Amino acid sequence: MDLSMRWLKDYVPYDQDIKTFCDGMTMSGSKVEGYRREDEEIENVVMGKVLSVEPHPDSDHLVICQIDVGGEKPLQIVTGAKNVVPGAMVPCALDHSTLPGGVKITKGKLRGVVSEGMMCSLSELGLTAHDFPYAIEDGIFLVEEDCQIGQPVTEAIGLDDTCVEFEITSNRPDCLSVLGLAREASATFRLPFLHKKPVVKGSGGDIADYLSVEVDNKELCFRYSAKVVKNVKIGPSPRWMRERLRACGVRPINNLVDITNFVMMEYGQPMHAFDLKYVKDGKIVVRNARPGEVITTLEGVEHPLSESMLVIADSEKPSAVAGVMGGEYSGIADDTNTVVFESACFKGSSVRRTAKALGLRTESSSRFEKGLDPEETMEALLRACELVEQLGCGEVVDGVIDVRGDIAPREEIPFDPDWINNFIGIQLSKEEQERILQSLFFQIKDGKVIAPTFRVDIHNKADIAEEVARIYGYDKIPVKKLTGEGEGSLTYPQKYQRQIEQSLLANGCYEVMTFSFISPKDYDKINLPSDSPLRNSVEILNPLGEDTSVMRTTTIPSMLEVIATNYNYRNPAGAFYEIGNEYIKKGEGELPDENPQVTIGLYGEGEDFYSLKGIVENLLDAGNIPHYEVIPEENDPTFHPGRTAKVLVDDTVIGVFGEIHPAVLENYGIGVRAYCAKFDLKTLTRLGVNEKKYKPLPKFPASTRDLSLIADEKLPIGQIEKVISEAIPHILEEIKFFDIYRGAQIPQGKKSVSYSLVLRAADRTLTVEECDDAVAKVLKALEGIQVFLRQ
Amino acid sequence: MQEQLQKIKEEGLNAIYAAADGKALEELRVKYLGKKGELTGILKQMGKLSPEERPVMGQIANEVRSALEEAIAECQKKLQKAAMDAKLKAEVIDVTMPGKRRSIGKVHPNTAVMNIAKEIFLGMGFNVVDGPEVEYDYYNFEALNIPKDHPARDSQDTFFVSDNIVLRSQTSSVQARVMEKSTPPLRIISPGRVYRSDAIDATHSPLFHQIEGLVVDKGVTMADLKGTLETFFQKLYGEEAKLRFRPHHFPFTEPSAEVDVSCFNCHGAGCRVCKGEGWIELLGCGMVHPDVLRTCGIDPEVYSGFAFGLGLERISMRHFGISDMRLLYENDLRFLSQF
Repeated sequence: MDLSMRWLKDYVPYDQDIKTFCDGMTMSGSKVEGYRREDEEIENVVMGKVLSVEPHPDSDHLVICQIDVGGEKPLQIVTGAKNVVPGAMVPCALDHSTLPGGVKITKGKLRGVVSEGMMCSLSELGLTAHDFPYAIEDGIFLVEEDCQIGQPVTEAIGLDDTCVEFEITSNRPDCLSVLGLAREASATFRLPFLHKKPVVKGSGGDIADYLSVEVDNKELCFRYSAKVVKNVKIGPSPRWMRERLRACGVRPINNLVDITNFVMMEYGQPMHAFDLKYVKDGKIVVRNARPGEVITTLEGVEHPLSESMLVIADSEKPSAVAGVMGGEYSGIADDTNTVVFESACFKGSSVRRTAKALGLRTESSSRFEKGLDPEETMEALLRACELVEQLGCGEVVDGVIDVRGDIAPREEIPFDPDWINNFIGIQLSKEEQERILQSLFFQIKDGKVIAPTFRVDIHNKADIAEEVARIYGYDKIPVKKLTGEGEGSLTYPQKYQRQIEQSLLANGCYEVMTFSFISPKDYDKINLPSDSPLRNSVEILNPLGEDTSVMRTTTIPSMLEVIATNYNYRNPAGAFYEIGNEYIKKGEGELPDENPQVTIGLYGEGEDFYSLKGIVENLLDAGNIPHYEVIPEENDPTFHPGRTAKVLVDDTVIGVFGEIHPAVLENYGIGVRAYCAKFDLKTLTRLGVNEKKYKPLPKFPASTRDLSLIADEKLPIGQIEKVISEAIPHILEEIKFFDIYRGAQIPQGKKSVSYSLVLRAADRTLTVEECDDAVAKVLKALEGIQVFLRQ
Repeated sequence: MQEQLQKIKEEGLNAIYAAADGKALEELRVKYLGKKGELTGILKQMGKLSPEERPVMGQIANEVRSALEEAIAECQKKLQKAAMDAKLKAEVIDVTMPGKRRSIGKVHPNTAVMNIAKEIFLGMGFNVVDGPEVEYDYYNFEALNIPKDHPARDSQDTFFVSDNIVLRSQTSSVQARVMEKSTPPLRIISPGRVYRSDAIDATHSPLFHQIEGLVVDKGVTMADLKGTLETFFQKLYGEEAKLRFRPHHFPFTEPSAEVDVSCFNCHGAGCRVCKGEGWIELLGCGMVHPDVLRTCGIDPEVYSGFAFGLGLERISMRHFGISDMRLLYENDLRFLSQF
């Protein structure tokens, strides 16, 4: 909402500086976004009187003018304009002057003749013929205003207003008006509110002879008020009206249109003026659109209407979409003689739905949809008629049409000053609270507060408390430290997550944050088969684009994007993790399961499956996963079938890790090997053993036995280790893998694997015999899986 | 014999002090003090002395022995020190060469700031609560006093999954869930992802983070709200940070406020950073609307509360001086490794 300060001062005698105004209004709830003076870009441009116009000796299209600008001698200005005549008053940009858009004017020569400045056209002053309808756009602005030689042009033509831009919250449609902001200013600065009710003289006749109105749908149309004006004279509106409209950002058109806009800006009440001759049978019906009905709107576009939409129709067809836009014949034309002024109130949600469905958001619809005051229609209507009489642009027919729909009764709210003080945390006397509320036009009667009708946002005690608080000043409310009960701590899962994160950080992984929505094409990119249940994602009905259209059922594509990004930026290596959700669809109308995943990504020189496995082992250690098994995973289509493993705890898969399938890498444009791991955080949290108990440090020395074994190439190392640990469970402290070898001296299809076994008993030093015995047991057990001591 | 002893002492001491290394010193020890050494040789002749001379000579011989022993020990020490000095000198390195770093990861800048915020609120007695990101329209809007067709829905362009399921556009959705399930006193924050259909640019992202705060108890006032937020921001930004509470409107709080912080750059005078206002907008807050309390089964005649919601990215971008929001979701290591 742009506010003309000149207009505001018609109603509130504000005389302090503009900064104080803006700060004060912001702090009482009408947020000022900024302000600008209309003349801030114009400097050193004054009114001058043309004394003479002579031809230029060296040019056919230039003339030399002598202009009195109030100086000792006239200025000589050369111009190409054709409309300059002696005696005309013109705006003169002097030497070193500035015009809108940062244009600088200096003295110069045109075809050898000195020109000491420039005469300005409307557009050079940032104006159009709408602002000064008597002037032409194609030539110098010949000013017909009452002005003096040498007077700054901005003052002479009234281009010296200040426009304040407000951000009005959606609950205060009343403040989208000059009067609304004037009321706020009056309460904020404790100034009188000088508004008077409009008075219409009338010119006889009876509206009933011209028009009848029927409201069919009283739930959607709260009120329909109308007056008729005959013998209209279309012409420009007076300067005071034009400049007020201009400062509020409304382009002046003609007197009748300007009046409707002026009243809308002043009262916040949208107003529609239309030609009576297009109202068939002089009958207006406010009704729902009928099946198949269409309307061609003012801009000439045909819109099909649906039955839920409210229209203004005559006896035959719709002439306007209620509260949104008029039809193509509903405007004011040059041959218009009799005009209907409509001032109505429609249900906000209905206007909103209709405007959205038709794709037509207008000034009118955006006001209606916030919910307007039905009690305002009549006064705004009378104001329009008062202006018609004041401007002499028509005769107002006596009588008024006023159909009321289903208007909810006003609530009375108990006035409880103590409750307000306790709720806000202040101590204001009852009298002071009353004064504040009355300054906002609230009535207080018998312990009840009655809000003015234009305050559609007031419903309960808290609303009243806010009124008191904002005018008293939020900045005056004391600052109090929170007291009372309160014990803050992280829950076990939150602490567990920190444990996991710390392990990943310590292992050199950087945390990343990726979008939770991905493209369905990502499922192709990670090689998911077409019948994979993971393709069943939660879909967004109105996504920004396909790339972000489904909620991910796997975090792997997001991690691969991160790796691809870094690879493309030529970062030579990277280790990443993210803790983020996967969204698993459930039944229709149910929320999906949101499962947080620990996802790890790794690439770069020196990284391989085993470096990822190291990170994973540390992660499971930090997460206190007590006993887990790692087995090959050959069937995950995203991963390399020979370089991928899954982690099991008692037959439950808790995660997968491995090298990404080369085809998938290619899909993401990753030109090096890359590795990913993914663990379900909820499962880890559930399985993690939170108890840590001290084990006494060993009192007796350990013995070490090294074994070099020959095993079948295909036998997983993990299985050898498993057999060894099961063979001597009590005295085996640690199995240290230290070498694997294939080649000379080793038969084809076999491999040599070397281990150090650390043997220790808690209560004694093991004897050599005991140790040898243990090794014999191990070798015996290994025979069972065809593993033998290397000779 | 006395002269012989004196001679051994003089010669011995001279030779010891002249010894060049440990080996020479050891040879001298053997030569004078060894079993077949010169001093031992003389002592063997003690038997020939008269009983009167014997103790006198014995004493002198002992004095010579300890003089030589002390000299040898002293020289040994000196030589060891010299050897140590030489070794240390040979081992000088260039300490200005770069260190060998073990790689450690870093948290995302958003997490870094989130952790600071969580710690401050935990210290103020708040608990941390999560809520679903894919949420019923009811919790995201209706329970918060935003029925369908409410104009406030316009300001939050929401992603829809179905008629009644959305991607939550605000963490305020957790307010209603928490109030429904628990009885006051309540003191929680709920950090998390929120979604709005804003195209990605330097200051917008379709996914960002909020931290919602909610306090409900008997006698909670707007003064408590001011105090809580002031404590939080002074802990985050330092004691000099000033807050400005401005009236505003949110459907689920009444009274509502927007909170600005004094500009870090100009301290309120007005500059480019704060667009000349001297203040930078931080967050929205207010007293929980009585209708919202009632909807969630809490009697507004008995309890009152306040709520606030702050944008994490706004804070982390300011905290680290990040000028483009896209960097936060691009995950370039050259960016992530800076924090």
